[in-house]
Amino acid sequence: MGENKTARSGNASGPAIEVQGLQGGYEGTVVLQDVSFTVARGEIFFIIGGSGCGKSTLLRHLVGLNTPTAGAVKFFGRSFTEANAAARRDLLKTFGMLFQGGALWTSLTLRQNVALPLEEYTGLSPREIEEIATLKLAQVGLGGFEDYYPSEISGGMKKRAGLARALALDPEIVFFDEPSAGLDPVTSRKLDELILQIRETFGTTIVVVSHELASIFDIADRVIMLDRAHKGIIAEGKPRELAARSRDPRVTEFLRRGDLLPQ
Amino acid sequence: MPLLNARASATAEGDAMEVRLAGTWQITEQRPSWEGLRGAQNPARVRLLTEGVEKWDSSLLLFLFEAQQWCRGSGAYFDGEALPEKIRTLLAQLAASHETSVPFDRAESFLSSVGVATQDTVLKAREIAHFVGECVIGAVGLVRSPRKFRWHDCMDEMQQCGPMAVPIMSLVSLLVGVTLAYIGAIVLRQYGGDIYIADLIGLSMVREMGALMTAVVLAGRTGAAFAATLGNMKANEEIDALQVLGIPPVQFLVLPRLLALGVMMPLLTLYANALGIIGGLIVAFGLMNIPPAAFWAEMLTIVDLSDVATGVIKATAFGLIIGLAGCLRGLQAERSAAGVGKAATSAVVTALLLIIVADSVFAVLFNALGI
Repeated sequence: MGENKTARSGNASGPAIEVQGLQGGYEGTVVLQDVSFTVARGEIFFIIGGSGCGKSTLLRHLVGLNTPTAGAVKFFGRSFTEANAAARRDLLKTFGMLFQGGALWTSLTLRQNVALPLEEYTGLSPREIEEIATLKLAQVGLGGFEDYYPSEISGGMKKRAGLARALALDPEIVFFDEPSAGLDPVTSRKLDELILQIRETFGTTIVVVSHELASIFDIADRVIMLDRAHKGIIAEGKPRELAARSRDPRVTEFLRRGDLLPQ
Repeated sequence: MPLLNARASATAEGDAMEVRLAGTWQITEQRPSWEGLRGAQNPARVRLLTEGVEKWDSSLLLFLFEAQQWCRGSGAYFDGEALPEKIRTLLAQLAASHETSVPFDRAESFLSSVGVATQDTVLKAREIAHFVGECVIGAVGLVRSPRKFRWHDCMDEMQQCGPMAVPIMSLVSLLVGVTLAYIGAIVLRQYGGDIYIADLIGLSMVREMGALMTAVVLAGRTGAAFAATLGNMKANEEIDALQVLGIPPVQFLVLPRLLALGVMMPLLTLYANALGIIGGLIVAFGLMNIPPAAFWAEMLTIVDLSDVATGVIKATAFGLIIGLAGCLRGLQAERSAAGVGKAATSAVVTALLLIIVADSVFAVLFNALGI
């Protein structure tokens, strides 16, 4: 029996994501310069750093919401930045994204929100789409809320519904933009557990943008740390090792805050 | 038939069916169906084997779920013992979510719909009364301590709803004057009363059309902008922030806008009157050969300052109506992008409706007063 985490396309053994010499920003302002890193298949990878360092900008460049001014992004060995429309659409099917506020479509119910990517990308019958949407919502703990509208649920539930939508096509990579933002510690912890469960069940590669230390130390396999002045990566490795051994004061100051200092 | 990456084969052994699944099962690709595989067979036991499956996702689950549901319906035994633990767990989740998912009925009975609508109307009327009351109290406060008033914001709003609206007002008013003149000419020519086109244009622009057309333009331009701005501020919790700081939103956001419209509307109306008369004058000269001096002299025989005053009074009232409708709808907006859009639409509709009602009231009132 094969694993259910092999890439749908591209080579089967290389990294899930390769970023090479990426440069990007907004309206002529360079925020990121010469950013290069790889993310292994099935890895939980965190992009960390202080506010305004370019974490979310990097994420937007990875998923194609912003176009890099230089450099390349590859998924499973296939270039995303240079892909034509058909290849790009093919690659888009391989990843899902959870936006900071859930970004649910307010005019649709939760079930319809999850069903939309299935309607767009699969030839499943309406009944099958409904089954999958219901399952995905149940997997994130929203069983029974299928016919609610986003305005009728809490912020934490919106995030979980957003996650169910991101998981609708069983993506091989899921991107999370500040998943803990605006959540209480218990809900935040549950979301972390959900991320671990997704990786465990489906072998999904997870990329998380966060500055939530509890999550970083609890679930990250590896992190890269961005710095605003440096406009790029200043540290890369396992979070506890970086916290214990890094000689860069920017890294230690960030990772050794408060009570979460690893013992 | 296209070759499927996902494969399923069935072998019958007595009353049992052994189903072997193989290949790549992906939700975005075609897959075999349970009904197609079963055909006409009605086994008493179905055994599922997935050793040949290379990779899988929800597509495989759907197939297994179909088989499981068929077994449940036909009384056959679903043997999933050989399935990997992960698949069995997900299959159980899918079955559970299928059973617990009860459609949420949003349909309401006629009586409850009427009740909710009535309650909603009463609530809205109360909100409007409360809002207008707050505005009056705020205005009294403004007169008592004008230093507290946000004059800078008010000037900005005046700039936005006054001078910035001049180009569109010029075009609209000129064309209204032209149109009125053309229509008037059709009737007046039949009686040889060409010169009275000046009376028609002058009176209708000054008493009615100047104020009305200015109000229509500003309801669409400024009223909608007020509602969208305030609605967006509400969605971003900016209005909550004002309230937490103890600053009444009406004083901070509404009064400067109301005053701006209350001042700019009469000025724009006077401007619209002038442009409309010029439009009529152009048509009278070009179409009916009436010299501008004769047009002007004739117009002054019927239009006096009281007519101008009625237009200005109406314009001030219309301005306040547009401001109140725009700000009220903005403050009532739902906290979402769609809510902001609805608020802007609602502001325009409310303002236009109230303007027409107010115009009728003014017509009756001025007639009664003999103005």
